[in-house]
Formats: sequence, structure tokens, C-alpha cells
Amino acid sequence: MADVNVSGSLRRRLALILTGGAALLAVILFLVVRALAAQVAQQGQDNILNASMASVLDTAVIREGRVTLDFPYSSLSMLNTAADDRVFYAIHEGATLLSGYDWLVPQSGLSAGDAYFETTSFNGDQVRVATGVRILTGTDGPRTVSVSIAQTQDALSDTLNAISRNIVLLGLGFFMLVSALAIWAASTTSGQMHRLTTSVTRRGPQDLSPVTQPVPSEMAPLVGSLNRLMSRLDHTLAQSEDFIAEAAHRIRTPLATVRSHAEATLQRVEQVENRKSLQAMVRAIDESSRAAGQLLDHAMVTFRAENLEMSQVDLADLLRDLGQSMSPVAEMKDISITMEIDGPATLQGDAILLQNALRNLIDNALKYAPVETGVTVRISKAARLSVSIIDEGQGFASDEIQTLSGRFVRGKDMDNKVGSGLGLTIAHEVAIAHGGEMILTNTAEGGACVTLYL
Amino acid sequence: MKYLLVEDNLELADAVASRIRLDGHTVDHAAKIAEASAFVDTGDYDLILLDIMLPDGDGRSFLKQHRARKNLTPVIVLTARSQVSDRISLLDLGADDYLTKPFDHAELQARCRAVLRRNAGSAQSAQTIGDVEFDAVSGLLNVNGNCINLRNRELRLLELLIGSKGQVFSKQKLVDRLFSYDDDVSENAIEVYIGRLRKHIEGSNVQIVTLRGLGYRLDYDG
Repeated sequence: MADVNVSGSLRRRLALILTGGAALLAVILFLVVRALAAQVAQQGQDNILNASMASVLDTAVIREGRVTLDFPYSSLSMLNTAADDRVFYAIHEGATLLSGYDWLVPQSGLSAGDAYFETTSFNGDQVRVATGVRILTGTDGPRTVSVSIAQTQDALSDTLNAISRNIVLLGLGFFMLVSALAIWAASTTSGQMHRLTTSVTRRGPQDLSPVTQPVPSEMAPLVGSLNRLMSRLDHTLAQSEDFIAEAAHRIRTPLATVRSHAEATLQRVEQVENRKSLQAMVRAIDESSRAAGQLLDHAMVTFRAENLEMSQVDLADLLRDLGQSMSPVAEMKDISITMEIDGPATLQGDAILLQNALRNLIDNALKYAPVETGVTVRISKAARLSVSIIDEGQGFASDEIQTLSGRFVRGKDMDNKVGSGLGLTIAHEVAIAHGGEMILTNTAEGGACVTLYL
Repeated sequence: MKYLLVEDNLELADAVASRIRLDGHTVDHAAKIAEASAFVDTGDYDLILLDIMLPDGDGRSFLKQHRARKNLTPVIVLTARSQVSDRISLLDLGADDYLTKPFDHAELQARCRAVLRRNAGSAQSAQTIGDVEFDAVSGLLNVNGNCINLRNRELRLLELLIGSKGQVFSKQKLVDRLFSYDDDVSENAIEVYIGRLRKHIEGSNVQIVTLRGLGYRLDYDG
């Protein structure tokens, strides 16, 4: 997987977008709710200011040619707040200040009967001003009286701050909830992909069947392409397998014909030279077919060694089956195969590879062991599980023991035996693929002993 | 023994069949699955030798059919494919054994013998010559009630001699017939096996006669 061009994580990207969105939403929520709260609070203050202003303005009368007002007590007491806000007033007739604070100057051009609100500042404090105008009709004509009531906004900002704090908490809670949801959503989405990945990764090297487990519709095109790729690969593999099978058939069948004819002819031919050449022919055919078989085996071992199809393998069962299938060959030389196996010997391994390696070793032993001797197959369950194949032949030459497991290396003293020199290589590579090793030794009696540590 | 050889390559079939006949067996030859099925339906065979790639189908489908019909005649597959997975699938399909082409006739014989022994009972393999009773499949030799288990090479030598009573076999011919060319058996080895057989049948009315310069012959009185 090292050669995959990775551009960020989909899960992280999804989580980031969702939490980022949640943060933005939380900020917007905060601003909107705060603005609404400010508006509502302002409206409340305005209503009270308006009531206070109106109650004062209502008392305005013209008495003896002068404008008089009578401050009702309640007009100011209704403005009491918890924060002890200060209250200011100003009463003007036209532009002339009749009473109150001179900095409270009403706007000009206000129409009677309406209330006007504005926010201004006094000595650095923010104040809200409500102004109302009334036109009194006196003997000397209409007179305009305006009343302005102002109040600082400490209580209002206290309330707003309290509300803000609550909104911040609410926003944070919202953000955290949505973030948790985002992470959950991101991981369930990527979990789908992860499950697909695991199901594809867990396949054996031979499994090219399409993915059948349900996938979300967004992943369907990917899985579809994957399935098409696998079916193409399967097709190609099947074709090349068919090709190999066909090639083997085309080559091995005529070879078999030649061999059988040569053998049949040998029964009739008496002349020594002719017999020699016929025997050489049979030998050459055996050699080529054996080499072809072992080359295919070796190719298979090399391929599978990289993608071991692991399963629980019982070496005892495997060796007993092998022993049975090899026994006719052993019988031809009156060799007895002794199985020194007690109880099952299970390991995690590739059954086909192990079978191939052990078959090659037993085959070798049968080939090099003298007539009427024994071949022993022994499983040892000491510190490491091992299988030894021991014959009663001449053993390995001591100077060759190190090199014999190399590719195409055969021992020198092979008595014209047919062989390709790949048998030990195959066994060696299978042992290494299983994290083990192959050790060649000679027994005390001089026979060869090949031990696979697995 | 009666063999059915299913093989589409006529040359090969011919060579194999004549070699099997040389061992004293009967062989019918089928070149197609259809023919093979017809032969199996009508004849009672001891053993079927089956090729996998046949013109009218795959030998494996024949094998499946054969087993589905509960036909117990053992089948040895002669295959040109040598992959391990093929071997395993063949055995799973009910083949009793397989042999990769090109094959050694001695090995084919050995495998046939092993398969027949495993399916013993189906075949009448015991023969009586004089006061010697001999079972070529189990390898049991009974001389005057004295039972001996013959070694494989002794057994095959005796089988050959009994099969062609009265015929003279040169040492060379015996080597050709009995051993694989891979074995490198010297003609002297034949003397050893002849010597052992003589010891086994000592006291019976069966004899292995040496004809100086010609070879050996099995004779019996009566």
C-alpha cells in the first residue's frame, strides 16, 4: 500500500467541514439571538420611557399664560431599575428649556402625539431618550411643549450580558453536539469504506469474485469498477491458466506417446546400441517433463509465497495423505515409508505450499534411497515444529551441504538420477515463506536428513 | 484384469494399451467421453485410466458422472496438467489416483496395483499354479499352507513368470519389464530376486529353471 498517492483523509475532511459549519452556525446563532434580545430589551425600556414621558406630558397645561407641568411621582418611580440607572429629564417650550438638563435638546420638527426615541451619550454613558411633543392652545396661540426623559442603560446592558452568557453556553453546547454528530457521521461514512477495504484485503490470492456485500450508492461506482477489474483479471488469469494447461497438454501428450513407444520398443530390441539410445530417449523425456513440472511448481511457490493463503493445517494429516499417494512409488523399490507422527501437529500455513514442499522432499528421498531400505518421515513438536525426511542413502556430500538448496544445484554424485535440482529449492523457499528454515544434515548412519522448521 | 483406457491421442493410447496387454491384461480403448460411458455401461471393468482433455468434454465431468452413478470401478487419471491444485481437485472429484504425463509404465503398474489393492474384493486376483497359490494384488504367496508376504519386486517377477508359464525370459527382458529406467537396475539384481523366489517356493511342485545363456522359465509338475 506504500505506493498509493494519498491526498488527505476523507474522514478528516468531512469532520472538518461539519465542525466548521457547526462553529459558523453557532456564531450566527449567537449574533442573531443577541440582536433579538437587545431589540426586545430596548423595546421594554422604550415602552417604560414612553409611558413616563407621556405621563409628564399629559400634565402640561397653560395656566395664567404660562406652561406648567406637574411631575407625577410615578413617572420617575416607574423608571427604577435594579442597576440604579440614572434618569434625566428636560422640558422645553419651543427651544427654551423650562426645566431639567440642558444637554437634553429635543430634535426640532417633531410632530405632536408621537414619541421619538434616540440613543445618545452623556458623560460617556449611553443613554436612551424618549421625547414627546404636545401643542397647547393658549390665549396667545398654540405653544409647543416637548418632554424628554432619558435613562442610562446599565440595567439593559446587564440583562444583555446575562442573556449573552446564556447564548454563548447554548452556542457552545450546540457546537459540541454537532461536532460529536459530525465525527460520528464521518466515521460511519468512512467505516463503510473501511469495511469494504477489509473485505477486499482479507481475500486469498485466488479469490477474484465480485464484491457482493451491500455498499452505499456513492460507493457503488467504485465497487462496480473494482468488480469489473477483478472479473477482467479473473478472465485473464483463467485464460493464462487455460493456456498453460493447453500448452502442457500439447507438449506432454506427445512426450508421453514417444516415451510409451520407446518403452514398448525396448521390449523387442536386443541390440545393445539401440537399447542404449532408446533408454537415453526415455531418460531425456523424463528429465524434461520433471523439469517442466518442477518449474511450474517453483513458479507457483514463488507466486504464493508473497500471498500465503493461510489456514489451519494439520501436518500429520497432510503427511499421511502424501505417504499414501507416494507409497506406490516407494513400493517399486521396496522402500518402506515410516511415519513417526504422534497426534495432530497443526500450524497456520499454506496447505498447498506445504504439501508441495513435502512431496518434493519425499520424492527426493525415494529417488536417492537404495532399494529395500526405509524412508522415515518424522514430526517433532519440540521447541519448534519441524518435519524431517530421513533416508538410508549415501547422504549429502559434506562440502555441498551449504549450496544444495540453491536453484538448479544438484549434488555431484547423482548416479544418473533424473532431476532438475529444484526440489530442495522449492522446499527451502516454502520454509522461508512460513518464517522457518530448511536444514540439511547427514544421519549417524550416513543417510540424508532434510528438516523443515516451520 | 480388464482395463478401460480413455484417451483421445490414438498413438499414445495404442502404446499404452499394447504395454498393458503385454502384462497380460485386457484393454478396451475409448477416444471420447461418450464412448467411454457406453463402454462402462456394457463392460465390467476392474480399472479405468482416464485422460482429462477429451474432444467431447472434460474428463472431470465423466468422473463426476461416474461417481454420481455410484459406479465403484476405480479411476486413475492420466493428466498433462501437473499443478498441485489440479491434483487436489481430481482427488476431490473421486479419482483414486493420478499420474502426470509422460509417465513411467512401471509407475502406472504400481499405482494400478495400489488402487486395486485398496478396492480389493472387486477383482479376482488369486491364481493357483501347482500347489502354489498366489495373489498378485495383495502380494500373498501360499506354499503348502505356508503364507508369505512377497516384496514388491519379487511379486512382480513372480507375476510375470506365472503370467507366461513356459516362456523363457532373458535377464534383460525381465529388467525391461519390471523396472523403471530411472532405477538403473543391473541384470545381476535379477539373479538376487530369482534366488529369493526360489527360496519362497521351495518344497512346492513349482520351479524356476535357469537356462544357461537364455534366461529363466517357470515350470511345474502336474
